[in-house]
Amino acid sequence: MRLLTHNMLSSNVKGVVNGFPLRLEASSWVEKEVEFNADFLRSMFPKIDWPALAGAAQKIGYAALPDTADATMLESEDFLKKFHHALLEIHVEEGALVCPESGRRFPINKGIPNMLLNEDEV
Amino acid sequence: MWFLCVFFHRLLDYRRPEVESLAVLFGSDGDGSRSLEWKLPEGHHIDSPFHFVSLPSEDIAKKIARRSILVKGIYELWGQGDSHEELELAIKNFPEERKLPYLTADSTFRIIVDSFGKVISFQEQNERIEGLRYIPFKGRVDLRNPDHKFWLMETDDYGSNNGLPPVVKRTIFFGREVGAGDRKLLPTYQLKSRNYLGPTAMDAEVAFLMANQGLAQPGKLVYDPFVGTGSILVAAAHFGAMTMGADIDIRVVRDGRGPDCNVWSNFKQYGLPVPISLLRADNNLPPWRPGLKEVFDAIICDPPYGVRAGGRKSGGRKLLKGTVDPYIVPEEKKSDHIPSTAPYSLAECMHDLLDLAAKMLVMGGRLVFFFPVVREDGVTNAQFPEHPCFTLVASCEQILSLRYSRHLLTMVKTGPYTEEIAETAKNMHLNFKENHLKWLEDGNLHSAVFSPADSQPLSGNSKFNKDSKPKYRGKHV
Repeated sequence: MRLLTHNMLSSNVKGVVNGFPLRLEASSWVEKEVEFNADFLRSMFPKIDWPALAGAAQKIGYAALPDTADATMLESEDFLKKFHHALLEIHVEEGALVCPESGRRFPINKGIPNMLLNEDEV
Repeated sequence: MWFLCVFFHRLLDYRRPEVESLAVLFGSDGDGSRSLEWKLPEGHHIDSPFHFVSLPSEDIAKKIARRSILVKGIYELWGQGDSHEELELAIKNFPEERKLPYLTADSTFRIIVDSFGKVISFQEQNERIEGLRYIPFKGRVDLRNPDHKFWLMETDDYGSNNGLPPVVKRTIFFGREVGAGDRKLLPTYQLKSRNYLGPTAMDAEVAFLMANQGLAQPGKLVYDPFVGTGSILVAAAHFGAMTMGADIDIRVVRDGRGPDCNVWSNFKQYGLPVPISLLRADNNLPPWRPGLKEVFDAIICDPPYGVRAGGRKSGGRKLLKGTVDPYIVPEEKKSDHIPSTAPYSLAECMHDLLDLAAKMLVMGGRLVFFFPVVREDGVTNAQFPEHPCFTLVASCEQILSLRYSRHLLTMVKTGPYTEEIAETAKNMHLNFKENHLKWLEDGNLHSAVFSPADSQPLSGNSKFNKDSKPKYRGKHV
């Protein structure tokens, strides 16, 4: 699971109001190279919840992202490189996504988060 | 600028829409709402492989041909006629300034003789080429790697035997190749050499057509909510798009058949970048964060419509009916608990898919999916789902049996998503479900397709009567 995915997901357990951002618990992760595409990053930037991305990256030990970001930073090649790396190249293999409100754990196995709800959560 | 566009004689309904989509992809018209101008050669049926298409430039024509799956080639037509004499006259009348740059002494060329619906022997081919002496070729012949390729293409006029309706008359075309399709892609990606397959893996040719309809290209994000073994995303990734997929069945997405036989390995097999994300999620209860919208450039999928595989959604059958209370999972069993699921009717699935696409696609983004239609008495009466955010730009039928066909629908997002629109769409959908398609309900399509023949009312002149079956196969090819 890349951090882009983490940024898009929330806990949709019945009754949960603030299911985002999910707390990332990663026990193993790898870095996978992804082709750099500046246009993709520029079009994706406004849709990203920045504090959630920076927080998740920090959790994995990648602290190069600034705490806040705005669109003017997209001019900088250096910023784009870091954004690219955080968004697409960190791949969490094992761990869990934890609902900030209910504490429900969505496990991540073999790189795939399991977002399916149990019967009592639908 | 008019070009002769020659198609492979396959998937007839898919041919023009593919070219139109690729024309949008390569920038021939701004917003993609205007379709291309087409003409048929005189006396030709719409199913003929020969079409004329107007494209803004030779460069765009070349790009379209190279990327297309169903285009054999796009040509600058130098002449056509009902006979070789007429052809000669036409070629001679074609402006010199458009011919001479391709006939120079320092260039190499090759002439290819091709035919549709007939076989031309090797000797006859040579005679045809000899017969073109009236064209002042100055260059050297190079069969392997010529600078310019010229094609002489013939159709015959003897009616129903050539796979076309009998109205087609004999035509001979001569033209210079501007670009040609590359079907070598298909043997490379054919399913029989794919490592990990499921029962409904999408055929490579159709998957590429879907990716073309979805305008997959580098820098774009393509999502498949029913990813299965990833066969549609493989095609999108081949064209350089980033991919993302979800499925409700965790065994399919996570486990596959082992460490080297799973969805990831299907991408590695071809040296393609693996999906940005695979997740287990329910299309009926998508886990996207509130407020997230307009992130995908295309949603391309083959929804489960219950003929070969049925859809599932969260919550047990009894639970959803309200006859039992939800099962509370004890703490110690939570980690391996497999939640029960209930059948997911096609009607519900369509509503969820359109709602998801309306919200999650960028403006101008495309929703490409298959929609099944029951054919009554061998005739298709199609009625497609609609949504206020979407404009249908293409529907391509592929007939699967006497009972049903599937349509590849291509919709473009032309309106922004709002809560009010979502509400309108829901009402439209309920109305659609009520009034039209009873077989969208759980299991009905399956029985329409598989019920025994004698339970079907047979109209007087039965379709099962062998003699009445026309030779012409049209959309069956």
